[in-house]
Amino acid sequence: MTASLPADASALTPNDVRTIGDAIAGGQPTLGGPNAWADRKLHYNLVSPLNRHKFRIIVVGTGLAGAACAAALGEQGYDVHAFTFHDSPRRAHSVAAQGGINAARARKVDNDSLARFVKDTVKGGDFRAREADCWRLAEESVRVIDHLEAIGAPFAREYGGQLATRSFGGVQVSRTYYTRGQTGQQLEVAASQALLRQVAAGTVTLHTRSEMLDLIVDNEVEGGAARGIVVRDLVTGRIWSQTGHAVVLATGGYGNAFFKSTLAKNSNVSAAWRAHRRGALFASPSFLQFHPTALPLGSDWQSKTILMSESLRNDGRIWVPVQPNDPRAANDIPEAERDYYLERRYPAYGNLAPRDVASRAARDEIEAGRGVGPLHNSVYLDFRDPLARLGRPVLAERYGNLFEMYADATGDSPYAVPMRIAPGAHFAMGGLWSDYDLMTNIPGLFVGGEAGWAYHGANRLGANSLLSANVDGWFTLPYSIPNYLAPLLGTPVLADDAESVLRAVAETRASVETLAASPGTQGPDRFHRRLGEILYAHCGVSRSAAGLAEGIRLIRNLRHDFQADLRVAGDADGFNQELERAGRVADFIDLAELMCIDALDRDESCGAHFRLEHQLGDGEAARDDDNWSFVSAWERGPEGTYLRHQEPLHFESVQPETRNYKTS
Amino acid sequence: MKLTLKIWRQDSAAAAGRFESYSLDGAGEEFTLLEALDKLNDTLVETGQVPVAFDSDCREGICGSCGVTVDGVPHGPVANTPSCRQHLRSFADGSTVTLEPFRSGAFPVVRDLAVDRSGLDRIIEGGGYVSIDAGTATDADAHQVSHETAEAALDFAACIGCGACVAACPNGSASLFTGAKLMHLTLLPTTRQERGQRATGMTAAMDEEFGPCSVIGECVEVCPAGIPLTAIAGLNREKLRSVLRGKTS
Repeated sequence: MTASLPADASALTPNDVRTIGDAIAGGQPTLGGPNAWADRKLHYNLVSPLNRHKFRIIVVGTGLAGAACAAALGEQGYDVHAFTFHDSPRRAHSVAAQGGINAARARKVDNDSLARFVKDTVKGGDFRAREADCWRLAEESVRVIDHLEAIGAPFAREYGGQLATRSFGGVQVSRTYYTRGQTGQQLEVAASQALLRQVAAGTVTLHTRSEMLDLIVDNEVEGGAARGIVVRDLVTGRIWSQTGHAVVLATGGYGNAFFKSTLAKNSNVSAAWRAHRRGALFASPSFLQFHPTALPLGSDWQSKTILMSESLRNDGRIWVPVQPNDPRAANDIPEAERDYYLERRYPAYGNLAPRDVASRAARDEIEAGRGVGPLHNSVYLDFRDPLARLGRPVLAERYGNLFEMYADATGDSPYAVPMRIAPGAHFAMGGLWSDYDLMTNIPGLFVGGEAGWAYHGANRLGANSLLSANVDGWFTLPYSIPNYLAPLLGTPVLADDAESVLRAVAETRASVETLAASPGTQGPDRFHRRLGEILYAHCGVSRSAAGLAEGIRLIRNLRHDFQADLRVAGDADGFNQELERAGRVADFIDLAELMCIDALDRDESCGAHFRLEHQLGDGEAARDDDNWSFVSAWERGPEGTYLRHQEPLHFESVQPETRNYKTS
Repeated sequence: MKLTLKIWRQDSAAAAGRFESYSLDGAGEEFTLLEALDKLNDTLVETGQVPVAFDSDCREGICGSCGVTVDGVPHGPVANTPSCRQHLRSFADGSTVTLEPFRSGAFPVVRDLAVDRSGLDRIIEGGGYVSIDAGTATDADAHQVSHETAEAALDFAACIGCGACVAACPNGSASLFTGAKLMHLTLLPTTRQERGQRATGMTAAMDEEFGPCSVIGECVEVCPAGIPLTAIAGLNREKLRSVLRGKTS
């Protein structure tokens, strides 16, 4: 059930779709800057090594944040239960990150530092991140590299044997550590090995092909407390409960709401969304990054817009023909008739402008008719010049697997003709709201990695996602969770027959059975495709009030159709991928509505959230710090109504300014 | 183009399986094999049938989730390429393509084309890790690793854990998978304290569930990560070394 619509959808205003709630506090240390994290850790409660096995912690997701958190807590001696819907922990979507991981180790003399990392990250996020968290990210980045290297990530080395680095967008130093174009895979493999080491040691119990379908909140505790999850065994269909003292959601981002995205096909928002439905606030849902170097769409059945790593922009040059609808092949267009528009518009950063800037610039060119390829929906990323300058072996070593992947997908070799790329839905800067300790507003419910929100503001810098997942998992949650647990010593976990457990299990069973019995004619993917089209059209690279209002109307209609005409083939009591997808699509539909509501509500442009009504004369984003210097944290009310709380943002180390990638 | 897909259908590990044939119309040469299955499933759902279950996730060849036996070959006709990157241009218009799950006694069928490969994780649990706790590592810049060594380690570390090597082997051996992990870790400087123990533990876990190496090399023909046969030589060397030395390091 949703609020009734005005007859004219374009008349929808923010006041029609939300009410305004309270200011909330992020709980960051009053002492800001570089000493804040050390100070906070000093004040955390500790759990004695002798008592750790008495605490049971549930970790959902085995990507970098989840596997790291589960492994690190297991190493300390806690009783950890790790859950993944995959058949193996190593398959989590962290595995697909390509280009690298940032670290402010500042070993070179290119003038990097912790402060510069914080400045780049806060500025890159267009001043919508929590600055204190960014300091922690910078500080812990240093030993993230040491640890991952030690547990088996074979980072690229220079010929002198030192760790190699490269540059990523929005940064003028070289702080990105990498393993060819498969950094995420190597970090994920290392983390899942560390997790399996704890499984062998008996501290972690691993539940594969097990999907979290609900959060168990114990309301007997004052203020409520997360005390377990409801799980569906994806092989047998059994729905059961796992109780514990704390729950960590490290369940990734929600870019797949767009159906065609750079994400893995099974990445979904359901764990986070079910927690949201149980009361967890959802921060900045509309802050969704469009990656400028994804593969353009070719056919309707193309699975996704495969990501081509940002690292390609270290050497590749982006251009379009000066003449709209130029019919010539790329290599036949002379130099004078090529527009290297990023180098022209942003000389200081050139092809390494941040992602939001690069995506919008590409959209500008495509909309002006200068898009290339059969559907005129892409731009060129050209390696002709670096090939001449550096030679093929150097490029093969830097980008070999990416070039192969591209050639495989398109039939074209990037050594011979320019790549074609286009913006594709990618990373969710938004996610479950948490305080500085990564705890949500539900006590005992923690969040890590892309499922959370705090570091990246309205736009994430390349190679900061692997970093934030690792910092959360290895070096933040293992400190902040014990701080929460310590006072609970002697408190038993909920019994499996406790009223709140039985109720949550019964509700989940009923909703799964209802879904499985859906009597319509169309499978869940049909609705998901339609949802993606609505979001790309109305909540995409650029947005407007009228477009968002129309998007909300279309999503509500889609929900109606979904409820009326969904068909879920097969049974509920076995391996049923249609049933899995149906539940996830239902959540994506609800999330998509909230994304549009958040985007309609936020009456400014910032980072990846670009409102056409709010742009500077040169087409850059017009941020409104006077009215919008806060993170929106959404509470779901009865019958799908929404209440927007706000956490004010404070900047001590980096003063808000208009982002400038042209001259500095 | 038009294809006949002859697909293995099996409701659960305990159920008996059988082949069923389906006609796929309107697919393009540029479709991947898995996109063809997506299209078939869309039609099956629309016509009131049960869609074909198969594992897949990243659809770009890095997660190792997918794995279908195509006309008897794990992953499909293009060598060293995962199922998600096999394209219909490999098949003649009008031809029949047979799709089965990965076939190995160590990989029980979950449903249709999806199998249980958790045995591979149990090999890792046998010792395919480095026992260094969070926060205790030394400075990664304090030791040097030659460019060549780091690249060689990555060549072995590139394994995506799909299990095609096992499915291709007449003995159902996991030697390529296990050898790749041993070589990956052995080449790195932080892993040497456990070198002997790792070889002993991983090979013991491997022998529990998987067959012995067939010494034929079908595994490297299908491996999407291009793991070389030297991984198996490395496995034998590490195993022999641990036996001769009798030490954990």
